[in-house]
Amino acid sequence: MVKDLLYLGVDVGSVSTNLVLIDKWGDVKEALYLRTQGRPLETIQRGLAKLAERYDDHQIGGVGTTGSARTLASVVLGADVVKNEITAHAVAASRLVPGVRTILEIGGQDSKLILLKDGVVSDFSMNTVCAAGTGSFLDQQAARLQISIEEFGELAVKANHAVRIAGRCSVFAESDMIHKQQMGHSLEDIVAGLCEALVRNFLNNLGKGKKLEAPIVFQGGVAANVGMRQAFEKALGHEIFIPEHHKVMGAVGSALLAQETVNRAGGLTQFKGFSMSEEKIAANSWECGDCPNLCEVIEIQEAGQLLARWGDRCGKWENALAVARSEAASEAQLQTAGQ
Amino acid sequence: MKVTFPHMGNMAIVVKALLKELNIEFIPPPPITKRTLSLGVQHAPESACLPLKMNIGNFLEAAEKGADTVLMAGGIGPCRFGYYNQVQREILNDLGVNLNMIVLEPPDNHIGELLKRLRALTGSNSWWRLVKAIRFAFAKCEALDDLEKAASRIRCRELQRGDVDRVYAQACEAIDQTTTPKEIEQCRDEFLTKMRSLPLDHQKRPIRIGIVGEIYTLLEPSSNGFMEKNLGRLGAEVSRSIYLSEWVNEHLLKGLLPVKGHKLTRKRAQPYLSCMVGGHGQESIGATIEYAQQGYDGVIQVGPLTCMPEIVAQSIMPNVEKDFHIPVLTIYVDEQTGEAGLLTRLEAFVDMLERRKRNQVESGMQG
Repeated sequence: MVKDLLYLGVDVGSVSTNLVLIDKWGDVKEALYLRTQGRPLETIQRGLAKLAERYDDHQIGGVGTTGSARTLASVVLGADVVKNEITAHAVAASRLVPGVRTILEIGGQDSKLILLKDGVVSDFSMNTVCAAGTGSFLDQQAARLQISIEEFGELAVKANHAVRIAGRCSVFAESDMIHKQQMGHSLEDIVAGLCEALVRNFLNNLGKGKKLEAPIVFQGGVAANVGMRQAFEKALGHEIFIPEHHKVMGAVGSALLAQETVNRAGGLTQFKGFSMSEEKIAANSWECGDCPNLCEVIEIQEAGQLLARWGDRCGKWENALAVARSEAASEAQLQTAGQ
Repeated sequence: MKVTFPHMGNMAIVVKALLKELNIEFIPPPPITKRTLSLGVQHAPESACLPLKMNIGNFLEAAEKGADTVLMAGGIGPCRFGYYNQVQREILNDLGVNLNMIVLEPPDNHIGELLKRLRALTGSNSWWRLVKAIRFAFAKCEALDDLEKAASRIRCRELQRGDVDRVYAQACEAIDQTTTPKEIEQCRDEFLTKMRSLPLDHQKRPIRIGIVGEIYTLLEPSSNGFMEKNLGRLGAEVSRSIYLSEWVNEHLLKGLLPVKGHKLTRKRAQPYLSCMVGGHGQESIGATIEYAQQGYDGVIQVGPLTCMPEIVAQSIMPNVEKDFHIPVLTIYVDEQTGEAGLLTRLEAFVDMLERRKRNQVESGMQG
């Protein structure tokens, strides 16, 4: 019997790399949550190798990539669709929570607010220059207080009254927290205060002038933190849903998008196969010195062969590759014509 | 006297034409690169906006090549740009770079005031010669605008990535070389035809995005992360609320020439923003309304970080969005702006508009 096709979604972010397999009904069959640790290429390959233990190439019906390293991932995997995180998160949330109007997403180094209307994104905002209030900061503070990030949220729930902490800037928030500790406030109250400060910061930065309507979904790594959820509920006055796969929603979204794209394009995927996990893939970069722009050109090679290049402003290197490719293609055509 | 000037989009070609006609020696600043910006950032106050930093970078690089005089525009009103030439002169003095500044400020009452200021530059040239030179330079300006508009319109249709930009770059080069008004016209027509005869997807019904906002970040692609090019490559047809010829005519020539102005645009902003707030705050509001009325799918507002007029406009935008059913994305740029983050936002915005449009078309077909 032919097994049902699965769709692979890969979200390569600053902190985590997530791989998800969904079936054709959009149910999550497999979800991997790996730490990127600054090595996106190796992490993708590690994830692929894990999946390869249980799945075959021909089971994969489509591949989608998202996250800050989406282009890199797409080149390595042979993705059918490459989409930004906002679209991916919106697609996943509206599939898993039908009728969703507001998505709060807090990841490792960025946070997003997405508003939907009739299942379509109607407005969004993303934190710009500041990472205060994102997962990395919570991680840091938990480490400083020597509690695990999981405990962190539970502590906040136990608070009697949250102290007020300046959440505008993570540096000031930290010194404010230390100050409150020295004053003798309990750890629970400080942690709860921090959650409220981060929520306030999120809503002030991203939600200004926007109407946040229910149903509201909270996703991203930070959604696991019950303290943050409680603080959001308090601030917004609505119940907040946290989807089961809240950590990997970006990957789920890109898998759904891959399914949509492949179906529309006639059913053939460009997936290069699980064997990519063993290929020697090298990423090079160099500074082009042809003008004072000093662009950092990035080059991806697979077994000594050039896969892709980008990063140049003028398009010289990018084009050089396109030309080489089309020449190779026309040569191949000539050869088949000759036969 | 070796005159230089700041870059702002294609302005260099126009100023060069003017100075050449007047037989004034000039040294254009090298194209804006990372080095230009880091020079500017190094010597400008941290909280000043991006245009000041880029200008200073331009002047320093031009001075390295031997320029001794700067020709730049000034301004009046609440926008900081009005005193930038003084600030820049002080900064350059402190650095020991002595550049003579000639500031073309918009005349308060009459075009004659501008001509008087130009006199310092033109020396023995006759008035007639000066008027002729301005007209010649302005013709180049209009031709460049036409080419830029065409490029932004059809970039989303190119079948081979980079085609349109290559022809557009050739066109700018060719316009720069022209020496008579007739040549300018021929050159413009030639390249417009060339652009249209590229392999294009004529069936495509792209989404349309209008860009509004602060003049410098609108006009200078290197300051806004090459927004028009990126949007085109993401599949959107792009139009801009201000083009160079309109700005020159309104800002410097006091609307003397028969070019589309923004009087009406400002009037449309009246119900939301009834007074002048400096810069292009009112125009940003008005132009957003105009784009909505013309059936555009979305608007992007762009300005340098800390730009007061655009902040005022931004706080009013939610009302305009609601009243005219048009999504607006606000993007501030400065030297910290990461290209990846910017591209993610643009891509998400284009995606959002495309899905919205598809839904509208589908529900329209059902209804």
